[in-house]
Amino acid sequence: MNVRSQPSAALTGAALITAQQEKPLLRFVACGSVDHGKSTLIGCLLYDSKQLFDDQIDALAVDSRKFGTQGEKLDFSLLLDGLAAEREQNITIDVAYRFFATAQRKFIVIDAPGHEEYTANMATGASVADLGLVLVAADGGLTRQLKRHLVILSLLGIRSVVLAVNKMDRVGWSAETYRTIEAEFREFATALGIDAIVCIPIAANSGDNVVGRSQSMPWYNGPTLLEYLEQAEPTRGSRPGPFRMSIQWVNRPSPDFRGYSGLITSGKVQVGMPVKIYPSGRSSRVARIVTFDGDLVDAAAGRSVTLTLADPVDASRGDLVAGIEQAPEIADEILTRVFWMSDAPLRPGQNYLLKLATSTATASVEPNLSVIDLDTRQLAEAASMARNEIGTCTFKLDRPIAVDRYADCKDTGSFILIDPETFDTVGMGCVERTCAPRPRWWRWSWPASWRLKRKNPDAAKPTRRSETHFRSLAKAMSWRATGSLDTFVVTFVITGSTKLAGSVAVTEIMTKVLIYYCHERIWAWVPWGKARPTHSPGLQQSLGH
Amino acid sequence: MDAHSRFIDGLEDSPTVATARESIARSSTHLEQLEAESIHIIREAVAESDNPVLLYSIGKDSSVLLHLALKAFYPAPPPFPLLHIDTTWKFREMIAFRNVRTCELGLRLIAHTNRDGLARGINPITSGSKLHTDVMKTQALRQALDQHRFDIALGGARRDEEKSRAKERVFSFRSARHLWDPKRQRPEPWRIYNGRKRRGESIRVFPLSNWTELDIWRYIDQEQIPLVSLYFAAPRPVVVRDGELIVVDDDRLPLAPGELPVIKSVRFRTLGCYPLTGAIESNARTVAEIIQETLASRYSERRGRVIDGDGAASMERKKQEGYF
Repeated sequence: MNVRSQPSAALTGAALITAQQEKPLLRFVACGSVDHGKSTLIGCLLYDSKQLFDDQIDALAVDSRKFGTQGEKLDFSLLLDGLAAEREQNITIDVAYRFFATAQRKFIVIDAPGHEEYTANMATGASVADLGLVLVAADGGLTRQLKRHLVILSLLGIRSVVLAVNKMDRVGWSAETYRTIEAEFREFATALGIDAIVCIPIAANSGDNVVGRSQSMPWYNGPTLLEYLEQAEPTRGSRPGPFRMSIQWVNRPSPDFRGYSGLITSGKVQVGMPVKIYPSGRSSRVARIVTFDGDLVDAAAGRSVTLTLADPVDASRGDLVAGIEQAPEIADEILTRVFWMSDAPLRPGQNYLLKLATSTATASVEPNLSVIDLDTRQLAEAASMARNEIGTCTFKLDRPIAVDRYADCKDTGSFILIDPETFDTVGMGCVERTCAPRPRWWRWSWPASWRLKRKNPDAAKPTRRSETHFRSLAKAMSWRATGSLDTFVVTFVITGSTKLAGSVAVTEIMTKVLIYYCHERIWAWVPWGKARPTHSPGLQQSLGH
Repeated sequence: MDAHSRFIDGLEDSPTVATARESIARSSTHLEQLEAESIHIIREAVAESDNPVLLYSIGKDSSVLLHLALKAFYPAPPPFPLLHIDTTWKFREMIAFRNVRTCELGLRLIAHTNRDGLARGINPITSGSKLHTDVMKTQALRQALDQHRFDIALGGARRDEEKSRAKERVFSFRSARHLWDPKRQRPEPWRIYNGRKRRGESIRVFPLSNWTELDIWRYIDQEQIPLVSLYFAAPRPVVVRDGELIVVDDDRLPLAPGELPVIKSVRFRTLGCYPLTGAIESNARTVAEIIQETLASRYSERRGRVIDGDGAASMERKKQEGYF
């Protein structure tokens, strides 16, 4: 009865498999305003690249006659708008994931809704994309909603964007109109830190410059949309990165096996490598990398594994296993960029569940809230953050957790906010920094677009970790130089002996540098009497300038 | 089947197979990615659940899902039972395969049938496919989930199967009445899944969301996952009903006077209740041949599902009511 599936004996089969699998996968999100023709464009891509099955085309023909807006022609938007409500209203409500492949590569296209009402669904889709395909109608121009989408792409760290100026037929294939839109778009996107921009004039209805080259726009000689997508190399954070694996599950089938299961989200691990468990900071070494297919010697980001450790350390779900170099931050206060998705606004003092990787903590909103103005791209102080707004916010957690900056490690630097009563997902965010000071290089490695500029960057230094050891030591030495000079002068005036004054001053340097340093460190641990971090009112924070 | 295993044993030593295997191993990064992502989802679901279950439909997707579940918790066995909704109209081979497979793996199987529907005589032939699916599948599933108080149910649905499935989240929230509200799905950015729910509410989790039919076949090939033989072409007795090739699996299927089943070489791309599942004519007897046929096919895999044609947006409606 059981049939073991048989290995591909036929060489042709194996060759086909190989050819199919070597195509690099590209996940791109199609976004832009409602009615600018996204679903139509994607339907057109699928149809023209021969990705549709005959029965799907037949069903589409029936649907097009019933709901379509294209007369006798096929209405491609009905291919993707799979929900009944979407077809009735002819809009996209939720994000759709479609798969297609050409001879060059495989694609997952994420069709994001354009309606402001459904921006949360757009952000859901965009969070997993490598590249953004932004659609703008030539007769519509850059809308507020399109700007909102661009800010979300920038928040999510997507640096490659292709702008398709659609409905060129409606503006008489005018090169001038196209160039005006292109210039405006480039200015807006560049300021957000999106640095790889390509623009293509198209007409999705007739397929001009989608797959085939347009006869109507001889003035454009760049690639068609599909040509561009086939060769696009999105800039993604593919740096090797430090080792990170959040523990999902403690695997204990018997008393003599204790494994920690998780997905390696960054870096590489190998047997014998020293690791630390965060937030506790306990050290151990990797004893085995266990998988169903046998133990591994090493494993890299993207693999799901089970690690066993050489020492019996205490670790559980939510803890982070990391390499000893480039350690994560342990913080109970984080400054973040947030996209808010709930009807009830985000307000200081409220509590949410913050799920970051596999750990969940209770987070309360601190008062220093600011929201981006979409037109000026400026961050401004705000009393609350309304639905579909984007801004920055500091969260105070009920316990310290291990985090990374989103730009360094996406998976340990991103989180969702869950309403503690309804359990709905109400917000998503990226860790900008913890509230401890960073070394200089860290601050400068921020994309300019997201750096908060303060007139007085040292005004708000909140935690007991705010004094580094180097700073304490430097202060000890400068203080001592001043103090010892004073001692020398006073001793000389009283005793008249340079020898005695000199030896008192030198002895004092020796002993008091040490005493002062210890004294400073003790005070650095006392949180009492320090001011809370707040952005003073009227403090200008700008985005992108 | 013995003939098949002997066939494989014979091939093990052949150099052609070794070459094919190596080339698969070298170029499997895409499948590796999908596998790791699915294992991550399965572990998240189980970690956030009080009482998880795996919905096992015996088909190829369920078989892949079960294989991934074995991998996710290795060396421990998967910490949940399997649930099969038995409409009593499944192919006999499916039930036999199910019993052998779960026994081999030592897993707990809960087979649930809607006794009430059975007593009312609901069947796919005289009651119609719509009523049968509603009572014997959708209602049966809700009964089983309520009875055992399962709060997270893992299923093998994929986004490439159908338009409304393409819109569904990996963690798909269900109200206490098992209803799906497609307009109010929880946002699901990155790979952070919200597994929180109140008492009585549940979550359906789809670890294979991002797999395509072709990925499933390639993975079955790579991992040597056992499948019901109905997926492979063989001579079977068929009759034509509404343009679909229906295999006469037992004597419950009424034949017109004088009608005789014809023997044809057929296989199934998808499996369900036998009177509701159309076969395709094919000679593909191996996974490799199926992969080639799939690459060349002009028809989608759900075409053979009679129930999908029950009115526009029928899958979405069934899902809202609690169908998987």
